[in-house]
Amino acid sequence: MTKLTPVLSASWDQPDSFTIEGYKRNGGYRAVEKALSMAPDEVIQIVKDSGLRGRGGAGFPTGMKWGFIPQGDNKEHYFVVNADESEPGTCKDMPMLMANPHVLVEGIIIGSYAIRANHAFIYIRGEVTHIIRRVQQAIEDAYKAGYLGKNILGKGFDLELVLHVGAGAYICGEETALLDSLEGFRGQPRLRPPFPAIAGLYARPTVVNNVESVASVPSIINNGVEWFGSMGTEKSKGFTLYSLSGHVKNPGQFEAPLGVTLRELIALAGGMRNGNKLKFWTPGGSSTPLFTDAHLDTPLDYEGVAAAGSMLGTKALQIFDETVCVVRAVLRWTEFYKHESCGKCTPCREGTWWLVQILKDLESGKGEAADLDKLLDLCDNIAGRSFCALADGAASPIISSLKYFRQEYLDHLNNGGCPFDPAKSTLFALEESGAR
Amino acid sequence: MSTQEIAADTQVEMITVTIDGFEVTVPKGTLVIRAAEKLGIQIPRFCDHPLLDPVGACRQCLVEIEINGRKFPKPQASCTIPVEPGMIVNTQLTSPVADKAQQGIMELLLINHPLDCPVCDKGGECPLQNQAMSNGREESRFEGYKRTFEKPINISSQVLLDRERCILCARCTRFSEQIAGDPFITLNERGALQQVGIYEKDPFESYFSGNTVQICPVGALTGASYRFRARPFDLVSTPSACEHCASGCDMRTDVRRGKTLRRLAGDDAQVNEEWNCDKGRWAFKYVTQKDRITAPLVRGEDGQLHEASWPEALQAAAAGLEANRAAVLVGGRATLEDAYGYAKFARVALGTNDIDFRARLTSEEERSFLASHVVGTTVNYKDLDRADHVVLLGFEAEEESPIVFLRLYKQVRKRGLKITAVAPFASRGNKKLKAELIATAAGNEAGAIAKLSGLTNKSVILVGERLSESAGAISAAVSLAQSSNAKLAWIPRRAGERGALEAGAIGNLLPGGRPVSDTAARVDLQAAWGVENLPTNIGRDTDAILEDLQKGNIEALLIGGVDPLDISAHHHDGLAKAFVVSLEIRHSAITEIANVVLPVAAVVEKSGSFINWEGRARNFETAIADSLTRSDVRILSMLADQMGTPINLPTVAAAREEFNSLGAWESRSAFTPVAATSVSASADKAILTSWRLLLDAGSLQDGENNLAGTVHPSVAVISANRAAALGVQNGDSVKISTAHGAITLPCEIAEIEESSVWIPRNSIDSKAIATLGVASGAVSVVKA
Repeated sequence: MTKLTPVLSASWDQPDSFTIEGYKRNGGYRAVEKALSMAPDEVIQIVKDSGLRGRGGAGFPTGMKWGFIPQGDNKEHYFVVNADESEPGTCKDMPMLMANPHVLVEGIIIGSYAIRANHAFIYIRGEVTHIIRRVQQAIEDAYKAGYLGKNILGKGFDLELVLHVGAGAYICGEETALLDSLEGFRGQPRLRPPFPAIAGLYARPTVVNNVESVASVPSIINNGVEWFGSMGTEKSKGFTLYSLSGHVKNPGQFEAPLGVTLRELIALAGGMRNGNKLKFWTPGGSSTPLFTDAHLDTPLDYEGVAAAGSMLGTKALQIFDETVCVVRAVLRWTEFYKHESCGKCTPCREGTWWLVQILKDLESGKGEAADLDKLLDLCDNIAGRSFCALADGAASPIISSLKYFRQEYLDHLNNGGCPFDPAKSTLFALEESGAR
Repeated sequence: MSTQEIAADTQVEMITVTIDGFEVTVPKGTLVIRAAEKLGIQIPRFCDHPLLDPVGACRQCLVEIEINGRKFPKPQASCTIPVEPGMIVNTQLTSPVADKAQQGIMELLLINHPLDCPVCDKGGECPLQNQAMSNGREESRFEGYKRTFEKPINISSQVLLDRERCILCARCTRFSEQIAGDPFITLNERGALQQVGIYEKDPFESYFSGNTVQICPVGALTGASYRFRARPFDLVSTPSACEHCASGCDMRTDVRRGKTLRRLAGDDAQVNEEWNCDKGRWAFKYVTQKDRITAPLVRGEDGQLHEASWPEALQAAAAGLEANRAAVLVGGRATLEDAYGYAKFARVALGTNDIDFRARLTSEEERSFLASHVVGTTVNYKDLDRADHVVLLGFEAEEESPIVFLRLYKQVRKRGLKITAVAPFASRGNKKLKAELIATAAGNEAGAIAKLSGLTNKSVILVGERLSESAGAISAAVSLAQSSNAKLAWIPRRAGERGALEAGAIGNLLPGGRPVSDTAARVDLQAAWGVENLPTNIGRDTDAILEDLQKGNIEALLIGGVDPLDISAHHHDGLAKAFVVSLEIRHSAITEIANVVLPVAAVVEKSGSFINWEGRARNFETAIADSLTRSDVRILSMLADQMGTPINLPTVAAAREEFNSLGAWESRSAFTPVAATSVSASADKAILTSWRLLLDAGSLQDGENNLAGTVHPSVAVISANRAAALGVQNGDSVKISTAHGAITLPCEIAEIEESSVWIPRNSIDSKAIATLGVASGAVSVVKA
């Protein structure tokens, strides 16, 4: 286990890791004392220098985002945390908030102090009731302990933190749709510019950060820029949570330096289940183009994955072995995007509606080879034509699966149906064979 | 904001960009799609509308853009991107990527569209149909199943929604929110099931809802009255003007086989932009009601009206007018040309200045104000656009001149224009305008106006016709304008009043603002008209004419387009005694007692012009060409001939030409101020205040039931204290009464000036003048 660098997940095996006592025992809330003794700009500079990049998918430098907030503008600033983790495969923020909500609270205090915000919001998806309770409790405990509220730690800094529970829409993970939803409107992406840094929540300068990005900040304040830079690669510094799901022996969260490879991560997860062969995988959730076993040694950092034609995204590594029908998997994802399309723009709204129908036909063996070209052409008319990135994500698995598995699509047509037995890819198939 | 608007606003930086190889220079802030229009390059679009905020939803207008050598990686929506220096744009004409992107979007837009064009109202004038032809592929590749909905559903009694046809461009919802300030419709659900919806508890009762039908780029929103009535290519369109109020909307009237099937808002950037109100759009069936008068009528010895030939009727009318001392009342629906006909007829044929166009509650103070401060003036919409402060006096913009309201709302939304209203309570319209309310009981306006301050020469004071009902209030407004240098404008409710003022259909003014009392002005007109002399005494006003009819000082009346119940509940005896010649479209309280009734043409059947509140001429042509009815002025000319005192105005064109050739008279008579009075109510009384709602019991709205379905319910507005004293809750009935009668309405508790109670002046269940005998003053309010 030499490759692992547990920071956020270091205390997860302690039964009381989620409590304020547990957090403090593990060194929690020291970074906030340190940060509040610095000038806000100093905090921003440290985060800038650390090279921390957004862990929500786009990889935008966090410190730079904070630095965009205009200072001395006599306006309210807002610090918003995007905890609307909804991407198929992505499952890093929820376990972290379950096991260690205080690290997020501490990061929020530091970030809000840095951008001179006196109000912060956590926008969390509505389905995760038990996590909502833990985060709510953590906020309450932080208030009681004097880390939130008026005059925090006697340093003259005030911060109110509000937990806002969303109603379960994937689009609300898009930052401007999130802001609309937070303001009480129906979540749909906003026209940019103006960007949130200029006119975000209630048209005030606003930072929107992913949970993991914010949670990474206390450790940087505590341990320094050099410590952070000692992990990761030159342009993708630090540690991060890789979420392995699917056909590996021990799925779960693996906190490792950026740049680790899937081969290493699968080894850490005990190998593929049943000794099966890896067929395809997503590097960062379902909206990132698929990889195959040819990409096992691709460094999983922002540049490495992009160079190989995909995106690091949320580092949600969904692992599919040879028992899985790629057409079926892609259809399931496409159905998700159709269901979650907000409806604002034509290509996403109408395109996903059509894509599902074509893929359903293909899966059941209806159609001809020319339909694959139609499908690709349709993806070309959808990706890069939509209002936000949702439609790009919807087209990604289709385009990449056709790139690597065109023959499998054709096999469906030749076979008059799916050549795979879906039962073989299930968990109970394993149990029956006694391989586990 | 349109290109012209940006350019006209102030000196702005100009930016040169290259579109499809052509350079074009446009003001900074211009959107790419509009810069392309300037070159004649039409980029297809649906959600884009020059008067709505960009949304970028339909994605039909994708183009390739490069700025200083750096190309956007993806095609961009040209409706959301402002031009920048060094920008190179390639539209579908020069970029294969843009062309394919547009074709792709069009194909997607059509997959869930029912393609029921053969039965769709929009077919033939449909942007989706047209642009699918110009920017789409011949055949769809879609072979799947379409989204289906029940069709159509009512989103109000007058607007129907076909969700299958909707392409979700959000024009209607953005219009309602951004232009009308009535966000009663919104998009709900998501994905392909997204749809326009209404709120359960707030129906789509916007006065401007018809505009959503007009700007819908597909057949999703249709007007209930027009649905399935006609194909656009069977209609004959005539540019026209709206007869319903003094806003002055440019209109288009669509006629098929002699019948008006619909009216649309015309496009006039300086006046109504592209909008109109629902009354202007949908209230046109009054013309074809069963009580339409189609032939001259003469009252026989049996006391009944009998159809007569034109010579017979003209002879009878002439005889009656010649034998008696006669006066003229002309209602606010008259065109400029007709009003000029009445004005000339009164002077030349009847030899009197006893003429008034103000068929409503008026005052001598107002008449003096009109002659001194209104006739010939040109305060306009642009002044509202540029104002730093607008004061509303006796004027409810949304109810009484809705396009003025839209202009004000636009500036309030855009730059927080300051509005102050002197009124008893903040109406819905004034709340939308975020108007500062100077809560004032009807009758105490003068005192409130005198206290206003902070106006500059960029401020505009808008005086409504109701201000004349409060003695001294107009005088206070005049003095406020003088002390602050603010602009002063008068906005009557009816379309014809300003024109009638200019035409001299009033006792103290001859045509072109010539004061009756000014000898030189009279001589000038005598020469122009070729008459020996003109009456020299100031004529009676509306009240005096009615009073002297009662007293017998006047024995005959020429009356056109007047409902006496707009003036007084006590008119009947006086009118019944007199010899009355009525020029009317439909039977009314006047025709019931008239001795001779002469049928006249409605607006769609004649040409003419209205002068709107700005003093701007709104000319219109005959929409129904083969109508047998004639404009008032033509009939007056025949009548004058019959009397042997010709006015020589045989056609509308002749009347317009003669009026224009007279020119305006420079000097104005002085304003005669009136001392302010104040009112107060004894403990057991309240002070009544009322105004007409835009949609009410007005006779020009007759016959249009779908429109009537969105009338705002009548309520009596009372204060919380009064409600507590009466022991009533919101919605409980209260009875408002005078010695003359009583009106019972559900109450609405609001922040209204304590002594006041407000009711609609002329709604179905609340006709103040007819029932109470008054429109203001002390009334008693009790729990019903």
